[in-house]
Amino acid sequence: MALKASEVKVGDVFSCVLVEDLKRTQIVQYAGASGDYNPLHTDEIFTKEVAGYPSVFAHGMLTMGMTARLLTDTVGDGRLTRYGVRFTAQVWPGDDLSAKATVTAVQDVDGVAIAEFDVETTNQDGAVVLSGSAAARLDP
Amino acid sequence: MAVDRFPVEYSHIMMFARSVGDPNPIYHDPEAAKATEPGAVIAPPTFVQSSAQFDPDYVLRPKIGAPWFGSGKNPTGVAPGSGGGGNGGGLHAEQHYEYHRHPQAGDVLTATVKPGESWEKQGRRGGKLLFQETITEYRDQNGELVVTARGIGVRTERPATSEA
Repeated sequence: MALKASEVKVGDVFSCVLVEDLKRTQIVQYAGASGDYNPLHTDEIFTKEVAGYPSVFAHGMLTMGMTARLLTDTVGDGRLTRYGVRFTAQVWPGDDLSAKATVTAVQDVDGVAIAEFDVETTNQDGAVVLSGSAAARLDP
Repeated sequence: MAVDRFPVEYSHIMMFARSVGDPNPIYHDPEAAKATEPGAVIAPPTFVQSSAQFDPDYVLRPKIGAPWFGSGKNPTGVAPGSGGGGNGGGLHAEQHYEYHRHPQAGDVLTATVKPGESWEKQGRRGGKLLFQETITEYRDQNGELVVTARGIGVRTERPATSEA
């Protein structure tokens, strides 16, 4: 079911919990599916002893992929026209992540209703780990 | 990453959707997908990133018979300064997608890459940050543009003591 332009207004907020206590295994699962096998995400020994980080950390693209679920669940399957983010802080194993999408515009573009969103994902400490925007085609 | 042939396959979509924690049936149930507006299994919004699987030269995948910089007997599998992947390469700063349509299982895409802008910034803890933009165009079997991706990577110049 797609979102209807008549049922949404600027300032509306959609949110959901993306993950609680992010597991290293999920990061490995994303590495395998995406093909990004960078040891910084999957190899604790390399990451601590060679790269000098406190532990492995999630691919930014895993956070972007998890956050996409809020958008597609909100606007409907196949409705996104644009989705872009900045990765603003690292995501670590054990993190809890929540995403929020705020409607910033609902407009008619050449006869098609388009909604624009600000998108933000935060961790358990309230730190923003991903910040961006998206647009989607709505039903009238 | 330039890719000559990126077959968008049902089981790859299923595994990708699982890994990002998305249980939406449109990503794993062809029967349920028929009843949706797209009418078929489609790719999740960030799926095209997994075209890396089909890039023969992708540096962040171990190659059969070649050295790999992750740990084995030692914390890294390459000698320091040998150029075998160093400290894991740069980090991903931004990613942007424009969807002309959403890829479906059965599509066969190509990816062509062109460099975008590059710039430098001074890091907060000293050292230069080097940014590079890359634009990737994904086209389908009919040559139609499907997704335009714009990524920005950042490399940090760190003290030599902390590098591989």
